Amino acid sequence: MSEEEASASDQGSLEELMGGFRATSSGATARFGAAQATIIRDLVGQIAELISDEGTIARAQAEAGETGWPDEGPAGPDDLAKMIGLTDNTTLPDDPVLARLLPDAYRNDPEASGEFRRYTEQGLRSGKIAAARTVLATLPPKGGRVRLSEPEGQAWLRALNDVRLALGVHLEVTDDFDDRVDEIGPDDPRSAYVEVYHWLAFLQESLVRALS
Amino acid sequence: MSVAPAEVERAETEEKAVPDLPWVTIVWNDPVNLMSYVTYVFQTVFGYAKPKAEKLMLDVHHKGRAVVSVGAREAMERDAETLHGYGLWATISHDS
Repeated sequence: MSEEEASASDQGSLEELMGGFRATSSGATARFGAAQATIIRDLVGQIAELISDEGTIARAQAEAGETGWPDEGPAGPDDLAKMIGLTDNTTLPDDPVLARLLPDAYRNDPEASGEFRRYTEQGLRSGKIAAARTVLATLPPKGGRVRLSEPEGQAWLRALNDVRLALGVHLEVTDDFDDRVDEIGPDDPRSAYVEVYHWLAFLQESLVRALS
Repeated sequence: MSVAPAEVERAETEEKAVPDLPWVTIVWNDPVNLMSYVTYVFQTVFGYAKPKAEKLMLDVHHKGRAVVSVGAREAMERDAETLHGYGLWATISHDS
């Protein structure tokens, strides 16, 4: 946080809190209130947790065991495979959010998709987790001013987009979502997320502009 | 894609036929991804000028999909992997 801007903006007007990101000579900047920071950190953290879920890794290892790999101790083939970025996952995840975040690369070709996934899924997961960590590292838990370099800004874009994709799955967002958003009434537990979904879209949009 | 409140200038880019190469990367329409973000990703990942990136984005939005890169299979797999990193829904195919 820079000294020169502190005097003018520490008041944190509502307008500023709702203003999203803007471009400055030293990067994309925005100011977040405590509640806003909590929401973003919670959602980004949840995505990172989902993506790094040990359950999927354990299941993949169990499947590898069934396919006849020797049951080795430390430094077995699983460790080597992991070290060079291979996974044993060859199928689209069952979880609909994970399936959207880690999609198949070939349509109607499970074999090619499986092979692609074997070589790329671990790297894809690591990249998404790294983006989430960048958000958590640059957004103070109690809110305040955030100033992002271009790489940090791109990490934010990817992490915010992953959160929006996840919310999109839960809210069943389609192209006509804006027309039927009223169907989600105030008693619907998803209603709170509709507002968050739209706010994150606005925030992401402002960050795209600030980085462009 | 979600319609963002941006005025998109439809630039005059020459409509080149896709070269006769075997592999392509296709990006599919998605109701969540913002139009401005998709344009930004095409510029960032492929180094496309903004008019070309916007044209591709609009193709995805209106036609449901667009071929965003053409080349060897390995290169297309790298492109798809990168696009998945940005949350775009990309697939690889032999034909467009």
